[in-house]
Amino acid sequence: MTIETVDTQPKPNLLNDPKFRAIAAQIVVVVLFVSFVAYIISNTAVNLEKLGIKAGFEFLGLQAGFMPTSPNFNLTDFDVNKDTHMDVFWLGLVNTLLIAVLGIIAATIVGFVFGVLRLSKNPLVNFVAAAYIEGVRNIPLLLQILVWYFGVLLALPIVKQSINMGDLVFLNNRYLVAPAPIFEDGFGFVTIAFIIGIVATFFLARWAHKRQDTTGQQFPIFYSALGLIIGFPILVLLAMGVPLNWNIPELKGFNFVGGVQITSQLTALFLALTFYTGSFIAENVRAGILAVSHGQTEAAYALGLRPNRTMSLIVIPQAMRVVVPPVTSQYLNLTKNSSLAIAIGYPDIVNVFMGISLNQTGKAIEIIGMTMGVYLTISLLISMFMNWYNKRVALVER
Amino acid sequence: MSKAFVRTEFHPDLPPPASERGVVGWLRHNLFSTWYNSLATLVIFYLAYLAIPPIIDWTLISAVWEANDYKECKAAGSGACWGMIDKRFNLFMYGFYKAEHFWRPNLTLIIFIVAMLPVLFDKLPGKNICAPFLILGYPAVALALIRGPIEMSSFQSPIGIAVWVALFAGSVFMGHRGAKTANAVMSGIGYTAAYFILFIVFASWGLGLEPTETDTYGGLLLTLILAGVGIAVALPLGILLALGRRASSMPIIQMLCIGFIEIIRSVPLISVLFMAQFMLPLFMPEGMKFDNVMRALVGFSLFAAAYMAEVVRGGLQAIPKGQFEAADSLGLNFYLNMRLIVLPQALKIVIPGIVSTFIGLFKDTSLVSIIGLADLLLVAKQSYTDANWLGLEHTAYVYIAVIYFCICFSMSRYSMYLERKLHTGHKR
Repeated sequence: MTIETVDTQPKPNLLNDPKFRAIAAQIVVVVLFVSFVAYIISNTAVNLEKLGIKAGFEFLGLQAGFMPTSPNFNLTDFDVNKDTHMDVFWLGLVNTLLIAVLGIIAATIVGFVFGVLRLSKNPLVNFVAAAYIEGVRNIPLLLQILVWYFGVLLALPIVKQSINMGDLVFLNNRYLVAPAPIFEDGFGFVTIAFIIGIVATFFLARWAHKRQDTTGQQFPIFYSALGLIIGFPILVLLAMGVPLNWNIPELKGFNFVGGVQITSQLTALFLALTFYTGSFIAENVRAGILAVSHGQTEAAYALGLRPNRTMSLIVIPQAMRVVVPPVTSQYLNLTKNSSLAIAIGYPDIVNVFMGISLNQTGKAIEIIGMTMGVYLTISLLISMFMNWYNKRVALVER
Repeated sequence: MSKAFVRTEFHPDLPPPASERGVVGWLRHNLFSTWYNSLATLVIFYLAYLAIPPIIDWTLISAVWEANDYKECKAAGSGACWGMIDKRFNLFMYGFYKAEHFWRPNLTLIIFIVAMLPVLFDKLPGKNICAPFLILGYPAVALALIRGPIEMSSFQSPIGIAVWVALFAGSVFMGHRGAKTANAVMSGIGYTAAYFILFIVFASWGLGLEPTETDTYGGLLLTLILAGVGIAVALPLGILLALGRRASSMPIIQMLCIGFIEIIRSVPLISVLFMAQFMLPLFMPEGMKFDNVMRALVGFSLFAAAYMAEVVRGGLQAIPKGQFEAADSLGLNFYLNMRLIVLPQALKIVIPGIVSTFIGLFKDTSLVSIIGLADLLLVAKQSYTDANWLGLEHTAYVYIAVIYFCICFSMSRYSMYLERKLHTGHKR
């Protein structure tokens, strides 16, 4: 016997066909979106014409005519007499990258230290770490930047009465000035030694890892790395007869001459960003360590590992998997938050380019677009790097 | 002769040694268990000894509680000048909002707190009334109270109101019918229309109050308005964006949503605010003008929506695929599927995430001071640059830091409480 199938189903209504509906909805959205964009563009064109502004990037070649940064803190050698808005852009970009890199390094250290302290069994240490983390996390970053700048650094003595630290480092309400190194002939060898140290450490670590995998013998990789990366260059430095001099700052008249000056704006922004982001990273680190199941620690103890080895071999590697993604977004946040520099006048890209150049030229669309493009690129680069790193530490499953 | 000693009764248990119990034992175990713990304890005690007396001295003992200007403060004591806060309290709270209208934001806040309590704490009754009111009615009420009527003369005539009331009734009816016949799209449109009509009527009618100017808003009032509007716009918009991002059958919509979310999330808020400040006026047709507060609100809300979308996406991803499939197999359409099955579960998971996003947004409102809006931070800054109160930045900053801290800290505690409540897995 065969089963007869009768096609009693009526042909479905076109409106109930998911494919048709998806296409129709998209067409509607695209039409709305395109007409919205067209509407905005036509409005903008009318408005720009009325204001007498011509769109385009020619303004980048025009002389800026203002000094975006203080002469003592001029990383790109900006020359007010001839440099253009494009140079302002580069100056801002360099300063943004500088504060982002400094902040990321310092915030990572602060975050890891306080994240571990927060787990301390000593209730006093625990309380201090918690007070720092909660206090800093719950106050706006902008307020913290202003407090560091106006409340702390500007309250320091004036230049003439700078705080003197061993006649080498001077701190006043405008800058911190420290001896600047002068590299003489032959210092290149020290740099080469440093690079050789890093490369050698890399290969040594691989070899040590392999040997431990095959024979079980451990190798004191930490101390040998220390020796290779720091000890070896120092030996070379001494062997070359220390080809290094220091330019020691000196008070002459109303200012310090020589040395390297770190402006209060940079210091305030650096401190605020470091402690603010550090408090978030600390919480991520704590969460990561707590996420490693207690059974792992117990199993390590059962195998006879000491607490330090348990931490470094069992807990930390597993915690890193949990820690890396949120810390990545903290790095991104720090980079974006460095734009708050505008509040205290640190010459980052938002301050000098999106602030002063925009005010001078009125090219709102071009300038805001370029600035946003910079942040987009930085964000993409950081997340690409951290994704690569995350893949390395991620759990390899079946 | 010796006599054998045989114990006939048990010796009573000895108490633990003195070094292991009581205060001493606790100290030995916790504060001085190892040499580095002891060192840390001593260092902390020393730092506390250095830091705490000056802080108490500054905030309480040598603080000045009443003063008319900074000279009196400097003369009376070396500590904080709380007299300034006292004299400028209204500025800190309301900015230049007219004093005779203070009751309006106050009432708005009280309504909010009263309506919020049953939502926050399960033990209180009335959650089923308060939650819909907060979502649907409260924004309109808040707008009407704080802002007063907005110039829309056609709505204010009796005929205009009659038309709007008729439209409102029609929309609600449509929504109801829609739900009964499971005609989800109609129901959705009906309710949304009803909501917007309610909003417009309230905004134009404004409870018959005198209108206020947005550029007079300032201080904590402006901060709360920014945060409140930000979250009220961000939540629905964020849900839509998150759903759009996951709509794999509609690649173009997906692309637009991803583009919006990722671009906004990778640029700093300050550049979004600059964009709203400088580019929005260019986008508008001639004659249409947004004031400063409105522009900041637009930028801030879009920014908030992108972040909220990512939080909601986390919740959507956590819903097992079986739930979607089960809903499909029951014959639910997309709208009903989302409303009845997916969103209630997804949003419940991400409530802590939403709260912490909200804390972030609340702190971020301080950025509007850079584009010249007189929020709490700018009021503080104006205070210590005021000719009467020069050089009192420490007092002003400490005061607003305490305000920000209290609000954010209580929200983060609440979010932790929620996490504990929603966390039903195994605990160590």
